[in-house]
Amino acid sequence: MDKQQPLLAIRGLTKRFGTVDVLKGVDLDLDRRDVVSIIGSSGSGKTTLLRCVNLLEEYQGGDIVLDGETIGYRSANGRRHRFGDRELSRQRSMTGMVFQSFNLFPHLTAAGNVMLGLRKVLRLPKAEARAVAETWLTRVGLAARADHYPSQLSGGQQQRVAIARALAMNPKLVLLDEVTSALDPELVQEVLNTVKSIADDGATLLIVTHEMRFARDVSSRVVFMEQGRIVEDGPPEQIFGAPKNQRLAAFLRNTRH
Amino acid sequence: MDYSLHFGAVWASFDKLLSGLAIGLGLAVVAVAIGTLLGLLSAFASVAPYRALRSLAALYVSLVRNLPLLVLVLLAYFALPQTGITLDKYQSFVGALALYSGAYLTEVFRAGLISVPKGVIEAARSIGLTRLQTNVSVVAPIMLRNALPSLGNTFIGMFKDSSIAAAIAVPELTFEARKINVDTFRVIETWTVASGLYIAACVVIAMLLRGLERRFPKF
Repeated sequence: MDKQQPLLAIRGLTKRFGTVDVLKGVDLDLDRRDVVSIIGSSGSGKTTLLRCVNLLEEYQGGDIVLDGETIGYRSANGRRHRFGDRELSRQRSMTGMVFQSFNLFPHLTAAGNVMLGLRKVLRLPKAEARAVAETWLTRVGLAARADHYPSQLSGGQQQRVAIARALAMNPKLVLLDEVTSALDPELVQEVLNTVKSIADDGATLLIVTHEMRFARDVSSRVVFMEQGRIVEDGPPEQIFGAPKNQRLAAFLRNTRH
Repeated sequence: MDYSLHFGAVWASFDKLLSGLAIGLGLAVVAVAIGTLLGLLSAFASVAPYRALRSLAALYVSLVRNLPLLVLVLLAYFALPQTGITLDKYQSFVGALALYSGAYLTEVFRAGLISVPKGVIEAARSIGLTRLQTNVSVVAPIMLRNALPSLGNTFIGMFKDSSIAAAIAVPELTFEARKINVDTFRVIETWTVASGLYIAACVVIAMLLRGLERRFPKF
């Protein structure tokens, strides 16, 4: 495998919602095993960037290359064409996404939530899918809750199921979108610990977070976004210890309490 | 008032009423089964990302729902043969009721569809499920659970509407009751017993649907 080639390469990504430019040319590289946190005030385009990488949003310009494959669009005769549903679905399965509001399937148990993609997308036989699901639920500390429905689980437990659901698909890259923002304060730590442990196991993570301490602890790199652009990108010591950009310095002052 | 009750004449033909009830139930079950399929298709069409499909669903609902069922039945039984399509009275009625219930069920299912959280659909797409797989494995089960209470309401309504079949001489409960009424002149007795049968059947249907509701996980 080409060691020079990044796992994820985002080039010149632009995204418009109506007349609002949400992303104004974003470039970002991730290598395998990188853990990159994106910080920035709300409306800076962090979440939109993640959703573009997972192809949940269409975008107007730029390329996203995942493991050597340009995803989302193909170019022909100088025009961009969005891939069809089948191809987009295949490409989406290469990335896992964990959402702010968990988004578990309410009609399925914890194990059922993890198994659905294994059965329908990876086409594993039922017993095998169940075994993989149990392994991952054990991994996030929820083996005993495998047959509980989401409504019978706490917010922290639901989010850990969502993490298991994303990781069980063995994605090349996991996207985490403010995964603790909807949790009661006392439940935040259990989810952060889970994320930390999958990072320690070598997963490649792209994280949008408001938890500055966590970003500092877990990340190999931190990216600061401001008004649809990445304005600073560096190791956590630099970003938090010696920010170069004035807006970043101001942002960090405002978030430290 | 010098009307004295004599149920004997009605009991003598009670088997006719029961077979009428069975025929009505049978017709309703077949019609609503087809109508459920129609309603599901048209509900998904009504929220589809294609304008043509949405318009088609809207046209179907507004055409069929704004006609009285009796008119629809008469159209199917008397008007359709003039165009070369001849249906017997059972086929005409099942066809009309299926079409009619499909239009009502479209709205029931559409309400259920709208209630499925967008984030849950995105979660399904994000693990790589196609649009069709998402609809079958995620959207439909959640929608059905949410639609179940009003679904029961519609089912009961459609069963009671099987009485309209009496208009084209389908020997269901209302038709049989009218015959007994005419033969025996026991007006109160006949219609009281027929009403009792309708109520009993509806109570049983409602109980079955409640049981079904309890079997689904709560969310």
